[in-house]
Amino acid sequence: MSSHGIRDKVAIVGMGCTQFGEHWDRSVDDMLTDAAHEAYASAGVEQDDIDAFWLGTMGSGVSGLTLSKPLQLDYKPVTRLENMCATGSEAFRNAAYAVASGAYDMVMAIGVEKLKDSGYSGLTGARPPSDGTDSSITAPATFSLLAPAYAHKYGLDEDTMKEVLTRIAWKNHRNGALNPRAQFRKEVAKETIAGSPLIAGPLGIFDCSGVSDGSAAAVLVRAEDAHKYCDNPLYIKALSFASGPATGALDSTYDYTTFREVQASATEAYKQAGITDPRSQIAMAEVHDCFTPTELVLMEDLGFAERGLGWKEAMAGTFDLDGDLPVNPDGGLKSFGHPIGASGLRMLFECWLQLRGQAPPERQIPSVTEQGKTLGLTHNLGGQPGAAVSFVSVVGSELG
Amino acid sequence: MGRGVIAYGAYVPYWRLDRSKITAVMGSGGGRGHRAVASYDEDTTTMGVEAARNALRGTDIVPDSVLFSTANPAYMDKTNASAIHAALDLPRSAWAVDAGGAPRSSEAVWALAAANRGTNLAIASDLRTGRPTSSDEAGGGDGAAAFVFGDDSVSPVLCEWLGGAVATAEFTDRYRQPGDAFSRIWEERFGEQVYLPLANDAIERALADASVGLDEIDKIAIVGMHARAVRGLSRVAGDKLVTDLTGEIGNTGSAHPAVVLAAILDEATPGETILLVHLADGATVDVLRTTDAIADHTPFASVRSQIDRGNDALDYNKYLTWRGFLDREPPRRPDPERPGAPPAFRSEDWKYAFVGSRDRSSGAIHLPPMRVSMEGGAVDDMERVRMADIPATIATFTVDRLAFSLSPPMVAVVIDYDGGGRFQAEMTDVDPDEVRIGDRVEMTFRRLYSAEGIHNYFWKARPAAG
Repeated sequence: MSSHGIRDKVAIVGMGCTQFGEHWDRSVDDMLTDAAHEAYASAGVEQDDIDAFWLGTMGSGVSGLTLSKPLQLDYKPVTRLENMCATGSEAFRNAAYAVASGAYDMVMAIGVEKLKDSGYSGLTGARPPSDGTDSSITAPATFSLLAPAYAHKYGLDEDTMKEVLTRIAWKNHRNGALNPRAQFRKEVAKETIAGSPLIAGPLGIFDCSGVSDGSAAAVLVRAEDAHKYCDNPLYIKALSFASGPATGALDSTYDYTTFREVQASATEAYKQAGITDPRSQIAMAEVHDCFTPTELVLMEDLGFAERGLGWKEAMAGTFDLDGDLPVNPDGGLKSFGHPIGASGLRMLFECWLQLRGQAPPERQIPSVTEQGKTLGLTHNLGGQPGAAVSFVSVVGSELG
Repeated sequence: MGRGVIAYGAYVPYWRLDRSKITAVMGSGGGRGHRAVASYDEDTTTMGVEAARNALRGTDIVPDSVLFSTANPAYMDKTNASAIHAALDLPRSAWAVDAGGAPRSSEAVWALAAANRGTNLAIASDLRTGRPTSSDEAGGGDGAAAFVFGDDSVSPVLCEWLGGAVATAEFTDRYRQPGDAFSRIWEERFGEQVYLPLANDAIERALADASVGLDEIDKIAIVGMHARAVRGLSRVAGDKLVTDLTGEIGNTGSAHPAVVLAAILDEATPGETILLVHLADGATVDVLRTTDAIADHTPFASVRSQIDRGNDALDYNKYLTWRGFLDREPPRRPDPERPGAPPAFRSEDWKYAFVGSRDRSSGAIHLPPMRVSMEGGAVDDMERVRMADIPATIATFTVDRLAFSLSPPMVAVVIDYDGGGRFQAEMTDVDPDEVRIGDRVEMTFRRLYSAEGIHNYFWKARPAAG
């Protein structure tokens, strides 16, 4: 028994992504229609060319009908799936396997979420009936558990920790300011970020990702067919997924400065893609910066920084747009926004633009244009520290 | 074979309201001193559990019954003692029953516990409210006490009952319609003049019943909700009178006779004779004597230590909010969902008794209990492990300002138990700014919230005593 991956077997030949934000004037149907048709146009195909669909949404609809009705699909298979905040990536992964298996020639992975119709702050979701003993703290609170644990382990005082988190938010807002599809499109001063009202632990409102509506889609074909549709397709190098035993809150050896699920999924992805030194080999990464301490810890879990040194690298600008390894050049969840089911595909959309040199010039990363790096990584996380699902993909603009 | 009190404990909640804060806000009411305040997550059932834990801790007593009395029940129609029974992890064979209504009802559980064969746990608990600026608001207090009656073959008797008497009369002193948030009180001079002769009569007969002369009494405790009558009767007690604690914690109604008796026993020496007078719709008088065994008894949490631990930083507006008298804007979050009856029933051991599972081969402790071990993956090779009384240390924490809470912000901690086991718990009785990694905590039984008429009981962490 072994995991083999599908390196260079499947390619992305078209993508679409709506603007993310508070779309009071657009429904789930509207956003799915926009993202799907942008992807068709991007690939130069018609809807009828797509053989099967994978729809990711956490709570904006159930069943394949959520997609087949607004798109008026002609009795095609639609799989609706959910895997918490990694839902969009999961749609992509399963769609890719369907192509790799030979079952279909051309498929679509599409994700959508409509969060702003609930009237609540932050994320909400129906849970099955329970005994009432489950933790009821919010998502920002669960991720804020990382901050004091990290600071305590590596000897950062509270002020330094806050500076590190603030800089991560500042960087992602700065990137988002250059992105016309982002929810928040302006730079935010560090003082404003640091002084924003507290939400959970040391996290202020600016340490949290944008709650938004949006949709993103990709058209996938076998790699050997890719050039029929696209001069410069993106090849899938690795797809990995880890669903943890959720023992962080049971196991005293877990210290809340890492995601074991991320380590496992990154190791697997690097093996599939043949990556030995991610820090130097990867041109860019889109990571799951749901809250600022998450991005900090991810830099270490993904092997971009040594253990305990991620905060120094973040402060030094390593992950800035013009740094050694740009992270979240599109603004990330922080400022692009986080419509759950769409986010994983939105990350791939930035790889689609950057690795193919099609990002707007003001945010086109030099690691691609000047250093000629060809690989991008996306990382998508669901759950909370100690109880998470983690997805890692590596995509590249070249075969081999 | 001797029979009497073989264990006891009281519970005084952590929070105090400085009565002058009432006056400062309202311009009237209030007064001097403090009243004990049940936190937003406490009710008479949870306080009853804490009192019983204080009584039973350090003993191997397993009561045959839980007899619970309160004038402020969390549920009607559903027995509250069954939740206490579950929280104490008592066997199915133990009886659990409520006696509710007036503060005088608590006498029924003491009497039943003393008279019924076996080992019987009697608990009285009360949460006293009053209309803003009323004497009930300032003079009331919240708390509970638990007494275990049994044979000295089970555990040494600490205190024996020598005799007693009652006087009963029908008169309208204090009264409340079911569902009302406050009691009403008749003009207080009337009550005083009804109570005093009833009490004197009952005292005389109680002494005769116990064959004890007044001069042989070492300590006199006079307890009752009618403060003026208590003061009037106290004048004749002289220097044998012990404090009724109302200045420091207020009057805890149904629980108060037992709370005061617990405070006396905490400091008692062998052979002390105690006269306990309870004024409530008449007078009930008991004559008690401590045994030699009291010399070797160290209370797990004395009444005095709990009074001294109190925190009077509570503001009046927060007090009113906790009691439901101020309806504040909730966070923009969904209301909490009611716990499902079948899942709660399935997890009775976990939810109420805080029992996890321990892998017999690896020793790994799982909270909540699991069938498959996180270490080694053994299936169904677990034993039950009760964690309610095991102290723990904070591994990390947060202050959640977004979550729904009856008293935001919610403090959450990840804690590691001494000897193994980890849990992510809500924390209570704590200043959110004071929480630190490495702090020591202990578990306490609380009401997380109520939804659609169901109280959601579970365990929280609180700062460790001492």
